[in-house]
Amino acid sequence: MADAAPGEIVIKPFDQFIVKPLFGGTEVHWYTITNVTLWMALAVLCVVGLFVLGSRGRAIVPSRSQSIGELFYGFIYKMVEDIAGHDGVKYFPYIFTVFLFIFFANFLGLLPMSFTTTSHIAVTAVLGFGVFIIVTVIGFVKNGAGFLGLFWPSEAPMALRPIIAVIEVISYFVRPVSHSIRLAGNITAGHAMIKVFAGFAAIAAVAPLSVVAIAAVYGLEVLVAGIQAYVFTILTCIYLKDALHPAH
Amino acid sequence: MEGNIAQLGQFIGAGLGAIGSGLAAIGVGNVAANYLSGALRNPSAAASQTATLFIGLAFAEALGIFSFLVALLLMFAV
Repeated sequence: MADAAPGEIVIKPFDQFIVKPLFGGTEVHWYTITNVTLWMALAVLCVVGLFVLGSRGRAIVPSRSQSIGELFYGFIYKMVEDIAGHDGVKYFPYIFTVFLFIFFANFLGLLPMSFTTTSHIAVTAVLGFGVFIIVTVIGFVKNGAGFLGLFWPSEAPMALRPIIAVIEVISYFVRPVSHSIRLAGNITAGHAMIKVFAGFAAIAAVAPLSVVAIAAVYGLEVLVAGIQAYVFTILTCIYLKDALHPAH
Repeated sequence: MEGNIAQLGQFIGAGLGAIGSGLAAIGVGNVAANYLSGALRNPSAAASQTATLFIGLAFAEALGIFSFLVALLLMFAV
């Protein structure tokens, strides 16, 4: 990108995603505390605050924060039970943790001047591949070699089975990629769009329109933040169901 | 007019990638439209299918996001 001449509008929608060390310096090592670290830690703190401190009273008639926690708990519990079945409930804590982390990371990212950790594929790929590895291990531990039946549809005609098996194997290994890129892509796209509209605000003629557009896109992003956390979780449940009951 | 032929290709490619996002929008619209028409015919069965709706939306949207990502890579990462 060339440097802008004076009077020209500069729109840099991707500057908001730059990883910077918090305490000076420019090099980023694996132990460097960056803005990503900070906002991930804040997301974890929010979860801890809501669930450990909020439900500390263990009241029969829940307080406000406790009932928010119970709402989340019931929602995800029902999702796991509906999709993965009764034997999937054992893995509910993991799924619930993943959901809460993504949910709070998404919503903290919506605060002005904050950093959206889930817009980085590095963050979502760890979550996505974590789900992939855990689900694959569960599948092999629970079913042994029978887990490979997932790739061998027994009801298809014999001639078609090898072809379907190849497609199934490919689609199985694309799962973690699409799982993580879906989340990162959605969040990146939305936040970049807000910044693009913010750039248009520099032109006086369209500035009011741009403000309205930013408000509208922001509203959409609130929706997307919730839906993407939900979608990530529900796909985790589906993969878990495949691992627990691989027979087609 | 300045720049070089590689940059030209980069921008044309990014524009072509954006077509993919538009096509994914058609797909997402299809999923939502069919869900709605089904839900209006049989509202009592609609609530149980919202999870399926979101899964369908997610799958349709993921492919559009892929092409968006390709466009982004062409614009900023190449």
